[in-house]
Amino acid sequence: MRLSRALTPWLGAASATLIAVGVYLALFASPPDYQQGDSVRIMYVHVPAAWMALFCYAVLAGASAVGLIWKHPVADLTAKATAPIGASFTFLALLTGSLWGKPMWGTWWVWDARLTSVLILFFLYLGYMALQSAFDDPNRGAKAAAIMALVGFVNVPIIKFSVDWWYTLHQPASVFRAGGPSIDASMLWPLAVMAAGFTMYYFYVVTLRLRAEIVAGKIRALRLRQVHG
Amino acid sequence: MESESLSLFLAMGGYAVYVWSAFAATAIVLIVLLVASARALRNREAALSRLRAELRDGGGEPAGEA
Repeated sequence: MRLSRALTPWLGAASATLIAVGVYLALFASPPDYQQGDSVRIMYVHVPAAWMALFCYAVLAGASAVGLIWKHPVADLTAKATAPIGASFTFLALLTGSLWGKPMWGTWWVWDARLTSVLILFFLYLGYMALQSAFDDPNRGAKAAAIMALVGFVNVPIIKFSVDWWYTLHQPASVFRAGGPSIDASMLWPLAVMAAGFTMYYFYVVTLRLRAEIVAGKIRALRLRQVHG
Repeated sequence: MESESLSLFLAMGGYAVYVWSAFAATAIVLIVLLVASARALRNREAALSRLRAELRDGGGEPAGEA
């Protein structure tokens, strides 16, 4: 608790700095694409947001598993604190993808495997949040939501490999692929810096939310003692 | 010259609406989530210290919802 309190401002500063540098690289210091022109700059928010959507779900599922198996209370709280952040990144991936799809594909949306599976990811986050707050007993809510999160994890590899398994309008991977990244360093760098900034943002906000959950638990315990003592 | 290169930059090669909407939406969502999270933490910490002060001063007698 004390460590996280000391760490929080540094995470915030690291996140703000990386995102500021990333935005500069994305908007000023990187070239327009030879086919897509300046619309390619949407990639620098779209791709890191989509990576974070998956990263947050992996954390959500991992923390849920730890919570179910070892009944560690901080694991449940970590999952609970992560869900809204993951939902936000998933929403942004969908929205910025749509804003990129309109000029490049000529449509805001297609029901291809990649887009549909990411939409399902968004609903999984919403379902998780609804379920864990649907019980009066927070432990029962955490347990039910954790089971849902684990079942929903099957969607993560589906998202990752959807562009290989099915014929999709969405392009296949160009960074995390066999044989190394296929995009030029002038575009890979802004992407990497933005992704690092978004990752720091996650750790910053999840720390704030986790601390808020721990304080809420203390308040609940004190109120109980007030009533029963 | 200055304003010409600025308007060229803002035009984003004809994709201004899409590029700027994407960056603006990202900024808004991330800032709103951060502010809401920080505010919730601050409010709960204040509520906890109020409750602790109540318990200390009132000797544990029941207090209403704050």
